[in-house]
Amino acid sequence: MLKSKTFVKKTRAGGVLKIVREHYLRDDIWCGSEVCKECKDEAPVLQEDACIESNLCSYPHYLIPDTNVLLHQIDILEHTLIRNVIILQTVLQEVRHRSAPVYKRIKDAIHEKEKHFYTFTNEHHRETFIEREPGESANDRNDRAIRVAAKWYADHLTKNTNGGSLKVVLLTDDRANKEKAEQYGLTVYRCEEYIKSLIGNPELVDRLALKPDDQNEIIGSKLLFPEHLPLSRIQSGIKNGGLLQGTFHANRDNYLEGTVFINREGEDINEVLLQGLQNLNRAVHQDVVAVELFPKERWVAPSSVVLQDDSPNDEDAEEDETENKLKGVPPDSSVLKPTGRVVGVIKRNWRPYCGMLSQSMIKEATRHLFTPADRRIPRIRIETRQAANLAGQRIMVAIDGWPKNSRYPNGHFVKNLGTAGDKETETEVLLLEHDVPHLPFSPAVLSFLPKMPWSITEEDMKVRADLRHLCVCSVDPPGCTDIDDALHCRELENGNLEVGVHIADVSHFIRPGNALDQEAASRGTTVYLCGKRIDMVPELLSSNLCSLRSNVERLAFSCIWEMNHNAEIIKTRFTKSVINSKASLTYAEAQMKIDDTTMNDDITKSLRGLNRLAKILKGRRTEKGALTLSSPEVRFHIDSETHDPIDLQTKELKETNSMVEEFMLLANISVAQKIYDEFSECALLRKHPSPPPSNYDILIKAAKSKDLDIHTDSAKALADSLNNATVRNFPYFNTLLRILATRCMMQAVYFCSGMDSDFHHYGLASPIYTHFTSPIRRYADIIVHRLLAVAINADSTYPELMDKHKQSSLCNNLNYRHKMAQYAQRASVAFHTQLFFKNKGIINEEGFILFVRKNAIIILIPKFGMEGTVFFENKDKPSPRLKFDSEGPTLEVEEHTFHMFDKVKVTISVDASNIQHQRIRMALIEPVIPGVSVPVPESEPVAKKAKLDC
Amino acid sequence: MAGLELLSDQGYRLDGRKATELRKVQARTSVFAQADGSAYLEQGNTKALAVVYGPHETRGSRSKSLHDRAVINCQFSMATFSTAERKRRPHGDRKSSEMSLHLKQTFEAAVLTELYPRSQIDIYVKILQADGGNYSACVNAATLALVDAGIPMRDYVCACTAGFVEDTPLADLCHAEESGGGTSLALALLPRSGNIALLQMDARLHQDHLDALIEAAMTACKGLSKVLDDVVRQHLEEVSVLTRD
Repeated sequence: MLKSKTFVKKTRAGGVLKIVREHYLRDDIWCGSEVCKECKDEAPVLQEDACIESNLCSYPHYLIPDTNVLLHQIDILEHTLIRNVIILQTVLQEVRHRSAPVYKRIKDAIHEKEKHFYTFTNEHHRETFIEREPGESANDRNDRAIRVAAKWYADHLTKNTNGGSLKVVLLTDDRANKEKAEQYGLTVYRCEEYIKSLIGNPELVDRLALKPDDQNEIIGSKLLFPEHLPLSRIQSGIKNGGLLQGTFHANRDNYLEGTVFINREGEDINEVLLQGLQNLNRAVHQDVVAVELFPKERWVAPSSVVLQDDSPNDEDAEEDETENKLKGVPPDSSVLKPTGRVVGVIKRNWRPYCGMLSQSMIKEATRHLFTPADRRIPRIRIETRQAANLAGQRIMVAIDGWPKNSRYPNGHFVKNLGTAGDKETETEVLLLEHDVPHLPFSPAVLSFLPKMPWSITEEDMKVRADLRHLCVCSVDPPGCTDIDDALHCRELENGNLEVGVHIADVSHFIRPGNALDQEAASRGTTVYLCGKRIDMVPELLSSNLCSLRSNVERLAFSCIWEMNHNAEIIKTRFTKSVINSKASLTYAEAQMKIDDTTMNDDITKSLRGLNRLAKILKGRRTEKGALTLSSPEVRFHIDSETHDPIDLQTKELKETNSMVEEFMLLANISVAQKIYDEFSECALLRKHPSPPPSNYDILIKAAKSKDLDIHTDSAKALADSLNNATVRNFPYFNTLLRILATRCMMQAVYFCSGMDSDFHHYGLASPIYTHFTSPIRRYADIIVHRLLAVAINADSTYPELMDKHKQSSLCNNLNYRHKMAQYAQRASVAFHTQLFFKNKGIINEEGFILFVRKNAIIILIPKFGMEGTVFFENKDKPSPRLKFDSEGPTLEVEEHTFHMFDKVKVTISVDASNIQHQRIRMALIEPVIPGVSVPVPESEPVAKKAKLDC
Repeated sequence: MAGLELLSDQGYRLDGRKATELRKVQARTSVFAQADGSAYLEQGNTKALAVVYGPHETRGSRSKSLHDRAVINCQFSMATFSTAERKRRPHGDRKSSEMSLHLKQTFEAAVLTELYPRSQIDIYVKILQADGGNYSACVNAATLALVDAGIPMRDYVCACTAGFVEDTPLADLCHAEESGGGTSLALALLPRSGNIALLQMDARLHQDHLDALIEAAMTACKGLSKVLDDVVRQHLEEVSVLTRD
């Protein structure tokens, strides 16, 4: 075990510390090749027959990429054609330090068996380890280490194949490195050179990332952007307070504007506004940047102008014009925000983007602009020879870099997703853009499913309460196949009522730590799109074994209360159980049963009891200040054959909806209290922070325009004033106000009780809350189930469950997935709305003004629950006289003044002129304003903003 | 980036060892002539010096002495130059006192103290260079020093640390691994009987992992006992050659 360890000291001077580390060199690190007889590797990774057909190397060969090749050309290396690659430890470590996403991708590639990627631990190999020489830089030393390892491989393979034809090829783009390697007797190519020599896969060339050397020829020499500061100066700047560090968020509506959120604590400025291309200085959405604040006299207000980068060609000149327009806005001292400019990028957060190619005007050109689907991402210049094929296709592109003399970032083609406008392609784009994991479940995951036919065993019965005799039923929306909750209510002998909420026992099937569990944890939630559901757990569980369908025996986790007739809880009991649901009803069916006085069976009685209690509970909750908010939601009727939407209606809420909701809330609160009592450090809870007062500004202003006062000091005050806010002859006003109030709210989030002290749920007015009732579609509920099971001694615990740091990172992932799922859902609705209107043609409809912007109004159409923008400014036409008053806010267009909540009439149609962003076009019909109320070309649906998710 | 990668996918640790492998252990006994027993031990870059005096009459107040067995007096100290940043106080701080106490408890379990009633055995240990596993290096060095002093013991006492990284127990942690987060457990074992003389762990660990971790530490201790045994035998051979004529 302890054999032959030569012992080398490795010193690393960081500051004044001298760190001494041992470094053992080994003789038992194998080369990983099938051919080699000398190495005793049990499972060699590299194939004997390593053939990639190439003009340059006609012999079988292994590839050794250097660090830069790996960092920049990861898209190439991920291609299935590239196999038998040796990744040196030196390279891997450097990549780890420089780019986490690439590191993760290369690790995934290494794990994939078909790729035959082998990691050679050269730093610990006796013959390939080298020491840094005096005067040699760390980079040079690493380059030399790579060459030495490559040389060792070359010699090693020649020796062990008796002079066979197997060779190694070093890939490097560094000229000096290449020269030295050639002198050293290695076969070495530049990455581009090698990839171009490959026979039979021309599309690989498109994936090549552009290198800084090549960029000069592409772009004119005009310097467009100020140079970024070097990292060392940024760091010292941040330390002495001259610069601020934050995450850059591009503005969705205006490409010349963005905000940097400063994420350092104790900083009095937490948002910095950036305006104009120069000041944005090549920051891309989500990058971590360093900003410099302007003096106060240069501070500006965020413009409410909606601007899109629509310039059809690649020219850089005409930009100035739009920028001037921005600057022409007169400053209003009350709304000035801290303004600054980006001086450097600390960390790029680029990912591959979906979008479409805007073809160059010149037919034979190979350089084209790519327009991402996400409007916060700038357009990207790519080089491709297959532009003709890619026209009208959705494609994926990665950014390589953004030189200071280029108007757009440079990138390369990654993948073709399919024809734009296709339902499948669009759904795929939507899922990719929102980072929703949607691949089919892997065999490893499926292997942890219970074997069919499955039935409840004797052992299950022993540890569970037998509640099969109870008259349990479930109430869900129509067509629901993943039923995770069921209810019952019965009178006890002592006159009290027993109410039970029964939740599918998913944690019985998903055991901690296995592949199934990990997959569910990473997906976090089921995503419901129009006509499609991306399951969190495989269908066998979600729609069968865990679904509490009627008249089958199912495992459940029950929460049973004893209540008196005033809905006061006398006793709470949690138990794992077996139930047999007597009926699965829809909301409408349940409502019918309750209302029909002739029916008197057990189920109906049970439902009536529940309904009565629910009303009391709801009354009490509202009393405490729970908010009733509103957001327009729509439901599509989907054609069963073509899967096209044929009708659209807003969701209707029945009494039974609120009945089920009330008991779910009660169960969640009871469980939250229980798990928090038991595990004060690691309970997974959900909180809804109260919004900062400034969030309500728009709401208060809006109400004032109708002479109403909204009090926002507490949830209770807000709820009351919302209830009182009605305007005669305007019944929809209250709903509009509630929609606005919803937009003022913060996002509710999961958190670990040991990491936070504020547990309050603002919207529900509950001091503590969690999610327990939907384990089939939310992973948080599974964790809560496990915690509760441990608390009642029904299950054993496991390490990760009790680790608050792991819980906390899990919460972060769940919050992220939930947010993304919501966005994806909205995007899907928007897409289907477009399909609907495409089929319908032009429609005239009434709507209300929801927001007033500087050059546009945003209109809500209650009938379809959708929003659209009417623009008053246009490039092709002289704009009408506009006067914006941010106090109202009102917008004066020619003679007419628009207020919030004004009723207008618009015509809706689909604008298909841009296939990438097919838009719903809205144009004003009423009120009639000459020169304006004719169809205006630019309009598109604005994604709904965050709504309250309970 | 996010800290150091303590265990690579290929199963190598920072310094190139595999999960169960120990650091290189080198030791010498009888390094000082004046003391009754002494030893110098290197466990990787951790270097420890142990000196034993006794058994002798109890010094100072009589009340300390026990009528049925010997008192063991341990003193632990660290050289000012032993760590990357120079230490201010070589001994007497809280950590050192705790370490002294642990050493005392360990050796009370191993030394046959009942053979020397009313007497005292002094063990002085000094860390010359610290690179993780100070406690275990001290125990191992002290064991050799006790053997050198000819004090009867039940067995060698071998100590080793083990840590838990990415669900794999790692034996004999170096400084980087100890400070890189995660759990570290120190165990002193009497290898032949398998009795545990001392078990110490400060961080939180789920109980499911405890068995695996103790198992790893015990295996490591057994490996160490072989090394220590070799050192003692080698020393005996050298001495017997010298004293033959």
